[in-house]
Amino acid sequence: MGRAVAVIGTGQTKHGRRDDVCYPDLIREAVKAAMKDARIAPQDIDAVVYGSMPSMMEGVAFNHLYFSEALRSLGKPMLRSETCGSTGQSLAHTGYYWVAGGMAETVLVVGSEKQHEGDAQATMSTIPEPFLHRTIGGAPAAFSMQAREYMGHYKIDEDKAREAAAIISIDCHEGGYLNPYAHIKVRLSKKEVKEARVITYPVRLWDVCPSSDGACAVIMAAEERAKKICDRPAWIKGIGFRGEEYFMGDSSKAVWRSAIEASQEAYKQAGIKNPRKEIDVAEIYNPFTYQELMFLECLGFCPPGEAADHVIKGVFSPRGELACNPSGGVLCTNPIGATGLIRLAEAVLQVTGKAGPHQVDGARIAFSHAMGGAQQFNAVTIVSSEL
Amino acid sequence: MAQEKEQPKTMRDVLVLPFEMALGPTWTKFFEAFKDEKILGTRCSQCKRVLLPARPFCPRCFEPMEEWVEMPQEGTIVTWSYVNYTYFGVTEDMIPVVVAGVKLDGADCSWRARIRGFDIKDLDLVNKKVKVGARVRLVWRKEKKGNIDDIEYWEIIE
Repeated sequence: MGRAVAVIGTGQTKHGRRDDVCYPDLIREAVKAAMKDARIAPQDIDAVVYGSMPSMMEGVAFNHLYFSEALRSLGKPMLRSETCGSTGQSLAHTGYYWVAGGMAETVLVVGSEKQHEGDAQATMSTIPEPFLHRTIGGAPAAFSMQAREYMGHYKIDEDKAREAAAIISIDCHEGGYLNPYAHIKVRLSKKEVKEARVITYPVRLWDVCPSSDGACAVIMAAEERAKKICDRPAWIKGIGFRGEEYFMGDSSKAVWRSAIEASQEAYKQAGIKNPRKEIDVAEIYNPFTYQELMFLECLGFCPPGEAADHVIKGVFSPRGELACNPSGGVLCTNPIGATGLIRLAEAVLQVTGKAGPHQVDGARIAFSHAMGGAQQFNAVTIVSSEL
Repeated sequence: MAQEKEQPKTMRDVLVLPFEMALGPTWTKFFEAFKDEKILGTRCSQCKRVLLPARPFCPRCFEPMEEWVEMPQEGTIVTWSYVNYTYFGVTEDMIPVVVAGVKLDGADCSWRARIRGFDIKDLDLVNKKVKVGARVRLVWRKEKKGNIDDIEYWEIIE
């Protein structure tokens, strides 16, 4: 795994509709917050990593050029990473490789999106090629179909899945309500969730993530520097990333191989044998409630086909055996290019005891995850309070 | 005189970008066959899987897929959804749409399909007829252009 790497600071903007600032100012807001948290100055940063969705989302190609000043990348090497939904985790991995490989001591990693500046669905409709895949219902349809494939594969009772998805929605919205950075601030009843307007059946309004503006910055440092300048570093213990074919129908999305293998790789590196017992908090990429059921299984948190039962029992609720998405998750906040990095930032806040109102008591090991590509990538980063 | 703080403003911008994208020999043949109401897959010389749409090479083996196979036009639903929201290019009069993943008989993959042929505005009826495991049949459009729209929809086989 190369040399030890720690996250020494994180910063998030207030997420939501951010017409109040231009895009570089939004980036600066996250960068400043992360530097303040890490108690370092721009000159302490050796290198910068940035990424977002296709930057035509906001009408400017290669937006990292436009953000050079806000990213404090002047006179430094800079890399751009983007893998669609998993961009934020890819950014974290890029920064990790840079420090673990010994080519930088301190790296600033930033992801962002400003979805309200463009028609996000329009840009995202250009992610698949135009010959075959462009006209089939957008991202919500793709992920709802993944949920249905999963339910069909394990013959999961429709009402049971609906009940479990409603619990995930209520728990996440409660988390978002508490999280000072979250976009959606609403407390929901089970009736409101179950009877909401159909978006892409079985998915209804409160089963779907919002479109958000927001940025997240994470600062990583090598072992010696981290120990010297940071009281409570979060050590990166394992990372995993796996890709699959582009053609969605070529492989099972119910037993999602890339999610299984990316998480198993990270567990191996982190020495985790029983993820459900050993991990204290998980920030799963859950833009759709139903999809989280499939993830709970593929990420090894419960046996295949049983996620709904465990969710209904409260195993994955904020005070359950393995707290999932105490931040409110993607369901409450989705500035896409930042979203996977927010999962890591939230995991770091948990193991450093800085999560505030949504802190999980005594969290030591936290799991962060994102999925991306044209439903073809999964990425995992595990952090711990102990080296 | 106390000056009120100005509200930050936005500026409107619109981009229109034309493209001319090459289909390549495999997809040219695949789509041209639509004009004769044929669905063609290709078989991998190594793993022997038959994939749709036809592929020039196997995504897993990286071997050429040069053996053409004419496929039956019936298959089984592996997943579906009832799409009931508007987004870029989709207006109120165009929804709902029932989309599905259909595994054609003889294929080793599924592909995306639109289900129609009954009142799909009725969600209860959709729930009754469209199921994982249900059988479907392809319905061709009368006027064909050699693109994916030549497949008008897929109907449920009762």
